[in-house]
Amino acid sequence: MFAQQHGFAIELPLMLDQSRKMTQRPLSPHLQIYRPMLSTSMSILHRITGLGLVLGVAGLVWWLSAAATSDAYFALVQGFFSGWFGRLMLFGMSWALIHHMLGGFRHFLWDTGHGFDLNKVEWLVRANIIGSVVLTIALWIIAYWVRG
Amino acid sequence: METELKKVRGLGAAHNGTRHFWMQRVTAIANVPLTLYLLYFVIAHIGAGRDAVVASVKNPFCAIALSLMLISICWHMKLGWQMVIEDYVHGNGAKLACLILNIFLAFGLCGLGVFAILKMSFGV
Repeated sequence: MFAQQHGFAIELPLMLDQSRKMTQRPLSPHLQIYRPMLSTSMSILHRITGLGLVLGVAGLVWWLSAAATSDAYFALVQGFFSGWFGRLMLFGMSWALIHHMLGGFRHFLWDTGHGFDLNKVEWLVRANIIGSVVLTIALWIIAYWVRG
Repeated sequence: METELKKVRGLGAAHNGTRHFWMQRVTAIANVPLTLYLLYFVIAHIGAGRDAVVASVKNPFCAIALSLMLISICWHMKLGWQMVIEDYVHGNGAKLACLILNIFLAFGLCGLGVFAILKMSFGV
C-alpha cells in the first residue's frame, strides 16, 4: 500500500534495471564507441609512434654496440641498415620521430592553455601529419644528397 | 580516496603527484636538441667505417651529447610505455609484469648504449 502510494512498486524494477545498466556501461577508455575523428586518430598515432620508437632506440644501441665491438660486426650492422629492409626501418623510424616530435610541440602549446578551440585543434593536427611527411622526405633528400 | 591531506600533498589514488607529467615534459624538452643532434650524427655516418664512428665519439662533446640523448630518450620512453601499459593492460599480474619489464627494457637499452659510447670514448 505504502509502496504503491509512493510509486515504489513501479520504480523498484526500473531502478534494478538501471543499476544493471550502470554496471554494464562501457568504462573509459573504450575507444571503439566513439566516431573516429582526425584529432582522436592523431592522438592514437602520437602514442603509436612513441611506442614504435623503441625499435629505433634498439637499432641505435645495436649500431653503437657494433661500433664499440669490432670491424666485422660493425660492417654487418652497417650492411643491414644500408639494405632495403634497413632503409625501410630507418625511414619509418625517422618519420615516427619527426611526427612524435611535432606532436610534442602541439602538446607544449596545449600545456600553455592555447590552441584548444576546435578550428585550431583541426589546424594543428593537419599541420602535424602534413609537416611530419614533408620534413621526413626533406630529411631523406638531404641524407641522399649528402651521402648518396 | 583523496583526503584533505593528500590534496595538500598533491597525492591521489596513484600515490604520486605530478612527477610523471613533469619528467615527461622535461625529457621531451631535452629530447628536441638531443635527437636533432642524433639525426645529424647518423646522417654524417651513413656508410662510414667503424674507424670514423669511433673517431667521432672520441670527441667529448659527441660522447656526452650521445650519452645524454640516450638517457633522456630512454627515460621518456619508459614514462610513455608505462602510461600505455597502465591504460590498456588489464589484470594486476599482467600489468605489474609489463611495468617491470618496461623498466628493465629502458634501463637495459640505456646502459648498453652508454657503455658502448664510453668504451669508444675511452678507447680500448
